[in-house]
Amino acid sequence: MSRTIFDKIWDRHVIQSIKDGPSVLYIDKHFIHEVTSPQAFAGLKKRNIGVLRPGQIVATADHNVPTLHQELPIKEELSRLQVETLKKNCADFGIELYGLGHPYQGIVHVIGPELGITQPGMTIVCGDSHTSTHGAFGAIAFGIGTSEVEMVMATQCLLQSKPKLMRINIDGDLHTGVVSKDIILYIISKISSSGATGYFVEYAGSAIRKLSMEARMTICNMSIEMGARGGMIAPDEITFEYLRGRVFSPNGQDWEYKLACWKELHTDEDAVFDKEIHTDASEIEPMITYGTNPGMGIGVTGHIPALSEIGEKEKNSFEKSVQYMGLEPGSRIKGKKVDYVFIGSCTNSRIEDLRMVAEFVKGKKKADHVEVWVVPGSKQVEKEAIREGIHHIFEQAGFQLRQPGCSACLGMNEDKIPAGKYCISTSNRNFEGRQGPNARTMLASPLTAAAAAITGEVSDIREFI
Amino acid sequence: MGQQINTVQSTAVPLNMENIDTDQIIPARFLKATTRDGFGKNLFRDWRFNSDGTTKPGFLLNNPIYKGRILIAGKNFGCGSSREHAAWAIKDFGFDVVVSSFFADIFKSNALNNFLLPVTVSENFLQALFKVIEDDPLTEIAVDLPAQTITIVGDGLQESFEINPYKKSCLLNGYDDIDYLLSIRKEIEKFETSRN
Ligand code: SF4
Repeated sequence: MSRTIFDKIWDRHVIQSIKDGPSVLYIDKHFIHEVTSPQAFAGLKKRNIGVLRPGQIVATADHNVPTLHQELPIKEELSRLQVETLKKNCADFGIELYGLGHPYQGIVHVIGPELGITQPGMTIVCGDSHTSTHGAFGAIAFGIGTSEVEMVMATQCLLQSKPKLMRINIDGDLHTGVVSKDIILYIISKISSSGATGYFVEYAGSAIRKLSMEARMTICNMSIEMGARGGMIAPDEITFEYLRGRVFSPNGQDWEYKLACWKELHTDEDAVFDKEIHTDASEIEPMITYGTNPGMGIGVTGHIPALSEIGEKEKNSFEKSVQYMGLEPGSRIKGKKVDYVFIGSCTNSRIEDLRMVAEFVKGKKKADHVEVWVVPGSKQVEKEAIREGIHHIFEQAGFQLRQPGCSACLGMNEDKIPAGKYCISTSNRNFEGRQGPNARTMLASPLTAAAAAITGEVSDIREFI
Repeated sequence: MGQQINTVQSTAVPLNMENIDTDQIIPARFLKATTRDGFGKNLFRDWRFNSDGTTKPGFLLNNPIYKGRILIAGKNFGCGSSREHAAWAIKDFGFDVVVSSFFADIFKSNALNNFLLPVTVSENFLQALFKVIEDDPLTEIAVDLPAQTITIVGDGLQESFEINPYKKSCLLNGYDDIDYLLSIRKEIEKFETSRN
C-alpha cells in the first residue's frame, strides 16, 4: 500500500496500539530546556524513578538567558534559579547540557540541526511547540507539555493518536525579495491560525525543493502557527549535504548505511492525504502581520482588512486585535513608523539569515529612531558571523549584535519591547504581550525587517534590490 | 495523581473571544517557577490587571457575578505555546472543565494530563451557551463525563461530546499515561533491542 513519509516513520516507531486509544510511540531524541523541564524532573524524583535513556536527551539554556554579558552570573533571580536547576538536574540524571558558556549553547531548535543531532527518520520531541522545526530534515518532530516531558524521560515513549495528514504543495518560482518566511506567513494568512489543527503537514513541491535547509526550517518552524502538530519535508541531496560532517552526524560506514535508509524516506506517489493544498510561489509577496495572531498577515503593499470584510463571529476578536496594535482597519501598513527591529528566534536566527541581512545592510545605516537587535540562534552562529566579518557590517549600520538565546521572541529575559512600541520581528508570534506587556509586534522576513531598520518604517524590500 | 473527573455542575465563566493563546492564559514572564503550584493567581494576568497591579474592572474574571468551575471560550482555545503552565493556571484558578468549539492540540493533551476536561461543542451550541449566560449569569451547566453530555440546566438544551475512550477511562479512574508507560517497560526494552 502507498504510504506517506509520515506513515513510514510513524509505523517504525509504534511499539503497541491500545484498543480504541492511542499508540505507544518510541522517541529517538528528546531536547530539553530550563523552562518546561523542572517540574518534569521534580515528578521523576517524586515517583522515585530515573531517566530511562539519558544519552538520548540533550539540554540547553535558551529561553531565560541574558543576551549581553553571558559571562556574568544571571542578574534576575528567578531566571538564574531556573538555569541552575537545569544544571543540577542534568548532573543528577546524567544528561548532556550545553549551558551558558558552552560552545554549543543556543536556541534548542537551532542547535539540534546544526550539530547534526537532528536526522531524517527520527522521532523528536521537546517541551516547546516549535519543535516542528526539526521536521525540515524528514523527521516526525513535535512539541509536548511538561507531563509528557516527564513521560519521555521515564520511558522514552509517549501515548499518541495518529494525526490526520495534510500536504501543502508549493510550486513555481519566488520573486526576488521573497523568502521562505514569506511563504509560511502567506500560507498561514490563507488557512488561518487554526487551519491545520489536528493535522501533521508535509510541505512539497518544486519551490520547497529549491530551498536551503535553513529556509526549510523556517517553514517547518511555523507549522504550529496554523495549528499543525508538526510539519515535515522529505530529505533530499540538500539535506544530506547539510548533514555531512556535522559534529554528531554519522560518519564512515555508518554514514553510508544511514544515507541509504534516508533515501527511502519519501511519500509514495499515489499516497493519499486527508487534505491537500496547492499554492503558486509566484503569487507570494513579501509579507507582514498587522494583528495579534500569525494568521493576520498581508502583503507588505496591501491594506488591513476593513471591518466590512470581516465575518460576524470574528468581529470581536478582530477589533480587539487592531485596537491593541493601534492600527486602522482598511488602512495601508506600508510607511508605518517602527521603533524596534528584532532579528532572531528559532525561526530566523541562523547563519543564512544573518548573511542575508548583512548583504542587504552593508554600507547602509539604520534610521536614527530605530533600535535594532540581532540575536544569533547559537554560539556557533555567533562565531561564524564574527569569522565572516558580519559583526563589522552590523556595527557600522548601528545594529547591536547580541549573544545567543530566545531573547525578545518571548521577552522572558530583559529583552522586552516597551509598551505601545512597534517592533518588526523575524520571530513567529505576534500575540498580545508576547514581546513585553503591550508591545506591538509585526512579523516579517529578515529582509523586510532589515529594510525597516534602514528606513525606519514598514517598507517594500523590492524597492531596494 | 489521585485526581478524578466524573460530573461537574456549576455556573460558568463565558470568555466570548476566539484564538485565545497560551501567552494570554499565562504570560511568559510568569513561567520562571520550578514547581507546578500557584499559577492561578496569574491566569490571564494582563487582561485582569493593569501594569501597576490594579484590577481591570471591565474584564470578565473580575466581575464577581461570573464564577464557577466551567470556563467557556471561543474557537481555537489554547493555541500557541506548548506551555503546560496554561493548563495548570486554569486548574489552579478553580476550573475543572473548559468548553470551546475548537481546541489547539497541545493544549488539549496538556489539559487531559492535568484532569482538566476539554469539552468540544458545536459552534451553535457554543453560541447558545454564551447567549444563556449573558441573559442569566446564574445559569448552571452540567457536564457528565460518563454519559459524554453537556446540558444547559433548566432549559434542557443538550449536546453530546467526543472523547477518546482510553482518555475517558483515565479521567474517570484517576490514571495517567505515565503509569501505563511505566508498566510496559519490558516491551519498550524489547523494541529497543529489536531495532539494533
Ligand atoms: S526562539 Fe521563541 S519560539 Fe523559539 S524556542 Fe525560543 S521562545 Fe520559543
